[in-house]
Amino acid sequence: MKAAAFDYVKPKALPEALSLLSEAGEDARLIAGGQTLLATLNMRLSEPSVLIDITDLAELKGISVVGDQLRIGALVTHTEIEDSDLITKHAPLLKAAAPHIAHRAIRNLGTWGGSLAYGDPAAEWPACSLTLNAVMIIHGPAGERRISAQDFFIDLYTTSLEPDEILVATEIPLANKNQVFYFHELARRHGDYAVAGLAAVANKQGDVLSDCAFTFFSVGATPVMAAGAQNLVNGHKLDQALIGQAVAAARSEIEAIADITNSAEAKQHLIGVLLERGLKHLIS
Amino acid sequence: MSIKKKIAMTVNGVSVKAEIEPRTHLVDFLREELHLKGPHLGCEQGACGACTVKVNGQIIRGCLYLAIQADGCEVETIEGLTKSGALSDLQESFMRHNAMQCGFCSSGMLLAAAELIEQRPKASREEVREWISGNYCRCTGYHSIVDAIVDVLDARAKGQKIKPVVAHA
Repeated sequence: MKAAAFDYVKPKALPEALSLLSEAGEDARLIAGGQTLLATLNMRLSEPSVLIDITDLAELKGISVVGDQLRIGALVTHTEIEDSDLITKHAPLLKAAAPHIAHRAIRNLGTWGGSLAYGDPAAEWPACSLTLNAVMIIHGPAGERRISAQDFFIDLYTTSLEPDEILVATEIPLANKNQVFYFHELARRHGDYAVAGLAAVANKQGDVLSDCAFTFFSVGATPVMAAGAQNLVNGHKLDQALIGQAVAAARSEIEAIADITNSAEAKQHLIGVLLERGLKHLIS
Repeated sequence: MSIKKKIAMTVNGVSVKAEIEPRTHLVDFLREELHLKGPHLGCEQGACGACTVKVNGQIIRGCLYLAIQADGCEVETIEGLTKSGALSDLQESFMRHNAMQCGFCSSGMLLAAAELIEQRPKASREEVREWISGNYCRCTGYHSIVDAIVDVLDARAKGQKIKPVVAHA
């Protein structure tokens, strides 16, 4: 199908983009990579009156180290993350996750910020941002505000972003040398949305994991952390018995929701499968 | 609402200026305005990869990209890349392996394969399969397509280039 008609503007600077967004109200859509938006426009699931193309905004670009944080601009593409040496060094989980996102032609355009702002519970970046304790840097009419990933994802495709705000960048604490990570998703076909996925990091010393963060995605309305399982594992020798307890805890604390082809029970089961594989990987 | 906007871009090395509706996606523009019929439209929702073209040196989905987003950009299609010879060994290998049946997916497959060869010159067969998993071949000729790409990777790794048996004018 073809998209309904809309107008198109391409501001050169962030203040201009914010005022265009305020004027146009909820009828406007921001476009960066457009890899979700264009499909919904073509299918007429969305009919905005104006697209505001934010790809010229310098503040939203680039990956850099700022103090002890890794700053990732909202316009950074999935391919840039996949190929970035800074990401490999300071946020290796993201490097591992990037190839799971769709296909290269889509990764060449789709953006980090777009994925976060869309808040798709099956997407990789919202889950990774939770696991890595990211802070979202948001600009709006009132200036800048910061919010942690834990408070950012509210519900299905719903984040704390207001209609007149723009996600500018995120900051992620630099990975320390003891950080181990695991990223896996169970999907029918490479590039498809996961039936269930896990983005996990921990600090490893010998047989002990600490500062565990286990985020499951594609199992509920938002990506969800298994806090109970994390607490069980933190600071204790990780043996088969503890893995079993953590798996049981994750399966009971997360309430999976069925999707069009997979039952809640199947997802609940896969949460445990993923965590068992993940813990064995993290400790190996 | 049909507000037309002016755009200017380079398509296969030629400067192009046009007035278009913002909703026109890049492949509609290339096919309908410029009569470049190489990029195909399959699903128009980003699933099939038949519309693959290059913008500023990277492959993209032409149906998930507006012509107006390409304003000021360098666009390349199968037509331009064939003429320049950039794909000649891949095209020859596709022919040798009969890696097309109806040919609908071929332009997208070739562009995707070319970027793989450029970005991942040591790709394994499994990586080839993963890379082209974004391009559908509804004749299901995947096996021979992978064979064709692997042959080009092998030849290039040895510093060779698969040359056409028959020279084209």
